Amino acid sequence: MMGNGDNLELFISKLENELDMLEPGSLKPDVKYRDIPNWSSMFALIIIAFCETEYSVAVTGADLRQCETFTDLHTLVQSRIGKS
Amino acid sequence: MSLFRVKGSEIKGVAAAVPETVVCNRDYEYISEADRQLLIKTTGIENRHIAFNGETTGDLCFAAANRLIDELNWERSQIDLVIFVSQSPDHFLPATAIILQDRLGLSKTTAAFDIMLGCSGFVYGLSVAASMMSTGGFRRALLLAGDVSSAGVNIKDKSTYPLFGDCGTATALEYNRDYEMCFNLQSDGSGKDSIIIPHGGLRHPITEDSFVEKEYEPGVIRHHRDLWLNGMDVFTFSVREAPLNATALLDYCGVSVADIDLFVMHQANLLMNETIRKKLKIDSSKVPYTLKNFGNTSSASIPLTLVEHFRQSEIQNKRVLLSSFGVGLSWGSCYLETGNWIVPETVKI
Repeated sequence: MMGNGDNLELFISKLENELDMLEPGSLKPDVKYRDIPNWSSMFALIIIAFCETEYSVAVTGADLRQCETFTDLHTLVQSRIGKS
Repeated sequence: MSLFRVKGSEIKGVAAAVPETVVCNRDYEYISEADRQLLIKTTGIENRHIAFNGETTGDLCFAAANRLIDELNWERSQIDLVIFVSQSPDHFLPATAIILQDRLGLSKTTAAFDIMLGCSGFVYGLSVAASMMSTGGFRRALLLAGDVSSAGVNIKDKSTYPLFGDCGTATALEYNRDYEMCFNLQSDGSGKDSIIIPHGGLRHPITEDSFVEKEYEPGVIRHHRDLWLNGMDVFTFSVREAPLNATALLDYCGVSVADIDLFVMHQANLLMNETIRKKLKIDSSKVPYTLKNFGNTSSASIPLTLVEHFRQSEIQNKRVLLSSFGVGLSWGSCYLETGNWIVPETVKI
């Protein structure tokens, strides 16, 4: 499986490639993603697509509302890898 | 499992019709320039044909069917079956298929009825038409799939308005004892609120409250007669279920992904469709899109994409996988092989 077991740094680096319209360097582990300037619901869709394509992990809108930071999101994805 | 194969009918042609009026998402004034760019990049939707002058789904399907019948050189008296698939019919009642039986000049011996489905509707409709024709009692059929979704969206709702285009299509089927199509159909009503027009049916008849607008989040203003779309839930559902459904169908048919020449999906949005394509590991050269110039055309999106693709490419004897998913929630796939199809240019009315 692609991306299985990526550490937090690699996870964020890959996600930064997907969210290339954001200011470079704005994705940091403990930044609350909804506080990022110009954050949009479209970014949420990009994150859902990324988790599905890269890790075969289903992330829902409810998951994204529950997580606050990229660290939270990474923890969630890691906990679901290989379980769906 | 709703996996099945049907013998007895073959597609002979496909046609599509759209309203002439084009609306460009680059001109959508309810969001910022940065959001417009992100919207177009993510959804892949730049332009949409909109029924600006009151064209109905029936009008669009009529135009497509008329053109197709003429190009096929079919005697109208020999068409036995008309199925109209839509969630935006011309009237609450009677069924639009019956009105079209008359408008198209078909015989009173024609069976005609509607199926109320949206995004998944073409695949479902095809399965119903094929199943009825497998009895041998119907020699020629028209499957009319279309929607005027623009009538149900609020221009102040950025989560729906920029996505949908209007289109009507016609697919002609003819009895052929040896021809086979395979289907896999699924549904999950627990997701009914993910895409819904809440008021206007018997569950919530229209009242004054139905038209009270409210801002649910920045850029999302709508009332209860508008289309409500929970984009994230639909996205998660589609990228999960559509590949599973298609894979199960291919296994059932004994066909590998590599054998597929053409994979035509319901045109939802580019990010969602590309995620599905990547999960199925289908090469992008085999996956046509009409999102850029037509948007999400609901039940018409698969036949419209076939028409637009087939106008540009050699299409005889191709192995085709169709995949549809959306409102209901409802989803399905179809495996078929193309023959000598008649595919006129998309009609503009």
